[in-house]
Amino acid sequence: MASQARGKVTIDVNECKGCGLCVEACPPKCLELETELSAYGVHPAHYLGEDCTGCGICFYTCPEPGAITVYKMAPPPKATLTTTEERNASAH
Amino acid sequence: MSDYQVTHSKSRVFYDVFERKPELKHQTHYCPGCGHGVAHKLVAEAIEELGLQERTIFVSPVGCSVFAYYYFDVGNVQAAHGRCPAVATGVKRACPESIVVAYQGDGDLAAIGTAEILHAANRGEKITVFFINNAIYGMTGGQMAPTTLVGQKSTTSPWGRRPGNEGYPLHVAELLATLEAPVYIERVALCDNKNTMKARKAVRKALELQKNGAGFTFVEILSPCPTIWKMDPLDARRWIEEKMLPVFPLGVLRDRTTPQVEDSAIPQRTMAEALELEPLEAEAAELKHAQKAAGHSLALNMAGFGGQGVLLLGQIVAEMGMREGLEVSWLPSYGPEMRSGSAHCHVCLAEERIGSPLITHPDVLIAMNEISLRKFAPQVKRGGLILYNRSALPEGFSVPQARVVCVPASDLADQIGTAKVANVVLLGALMAESELLTQECAIAVLESTVGTKAKGAALIEMNRRALEAGREFMKKAATPVLH
Repeated sequence: MASQARGKVTIDVNECKGCGLCVEACPPKCLELETELSAYGVHPAHYLGEDCTGCGICFYTCPEPGAITVYKMAPPPKATLTTTEERNASAH
Repeated sequence: MSDYQVTHSKSRVFYDVFERKPELKHQTHYCPGCGHGVAHKLVAEAIEELGLQERTIFVSPVGCSVFAYYYFDVGNVQAAHGRCPAVATGVKRACPESIVVAYQGDGDLAAIGTAEILHAANRGEKITVFFINNAIYGMTGGQMAPTTLVGQKSTTSPWGRRPGNEGYPLHVAELLATLEAPVYIERVALCDNKNTMKARKAVRKALELQKNGAGFTFVEILSPCPTIWKMDPLDARRWIEEKMLPVFPLGVLRDRTTPQVEDSAIPQRTMAEALELEPLEAEAAELKHAQKAAGHSLALNMAGFGGQGVLLLGQIVAEMGMREGLEVSWLPSYGPEMRSGSAHCHVCLAEERIGSPLITHPDVLIAMNEISLRKFAPQVKRGGLILYNRSALPEGFSVPQARVVCVPASDLADQIGTAKVANVVLLGALMAESELLTQECAIAVLESTVGTKAKGAALIEMNRRALEAGREFMKKAATPVLH
């Protein structure tokens, strides 16, 4: 199984007008237009589910204010050194 | 598994719901692939990131982006076609703490609004203008714009723009960069990822400069119009790169980091200084003002032929009011003629601040000729007064709601020696009727108006006699006092 993608993108089917700019702009090419028409009669864009890096290019290319939301994987929690006493204290 | 965090989403500077239409409440009205949406997002993001949402006043233009106020959750004004910079000037000067954004297309800014943008830039108004250039009129269906490229077809240049007939594209950013005042001018393009990010930086920088109190900032954004260009959105972006960039080169045309000389403060003079009053006189006037019962006011309309001195009479009364410590206004209305043609002016004298200088129902009408009497007499307030410059009313003419006193001012002035002082005779008559104006004050104002040189001395004497003649005439008419 491929490792989890660094980013994620959601596209609101009710806001997308199917212009296709995001599909072209996406650097890892992880977006495409649906073959089916949406309720508004356009082919909305959607995320293929892999390879998103969370760069945000699609967001800045999209003319609709809220159609695209970009996510990035949260950085792993910082490893910190703790003393034995602190560990014991948090355990209780 | 790690969690995802939102990094890019709808800016809080946009409304959650767009109330423009009952349906499609989350969509803008822009066509698929339109540059306005992207420009809106860049502006909204910069406003949000700079923490300016509560201070921003957005001035929408006429054009496709006319509905920007449905989208931006900030203060909004929608200006008349091309007038965004003028409206923005007013807003910024009235509310210097606000961040004023004028957003205009090329038809709006570069055609009908050429004068406004040029002068706002030249005055160095501390506003930010975003200029969306798509080389065409979008909303109205594709007419030629000043920015239309040579050879580009439009509904009004169906064979392509020909410089011999329609001139060359107007380079607004370059034009403004010839001026001294602007602090920041840049042209960017929404033609690919890299340039969109440059546009984002430019938009943010312009707003940041305004936040820091810099002067005029201007960002021209070359923007696609797929619908009118009759292209799909991708081709439209390529068209910007291939056709527009050679004509409208990108880059920073002005970036002034040095602070400008601050000389915009208005010299603050007291009323006494402006009128060159002695401190004691000024104090007395203030005291008088304080002592007067609040609410007293006098609304006058003075009318006649140009050259009869109606406007001057209005100015004299207004200045007398000032010296008496009253609030005053003087609103003239006259044709282009220096002599003849009708002229009138509205004068307000009031204890309290004057809301409007326009008077629809005056307390007193001073009519210096018959035409003015017929025109304005019906407007006089019930119980008001009309001073008419004749010895009798025209035959068959009556004013049921007001008292009319016929003062043959021109005849009295002729007896004094000059027809010029007819207006002052009427001033004397007016003063006999109002406690708001005093004799000493009238003399002082006439002296400062006529001058005290050798030639003036004789004139002043005639004015003094004219005042007296008017007053005497009213005494004989024996009428009660207005206020």
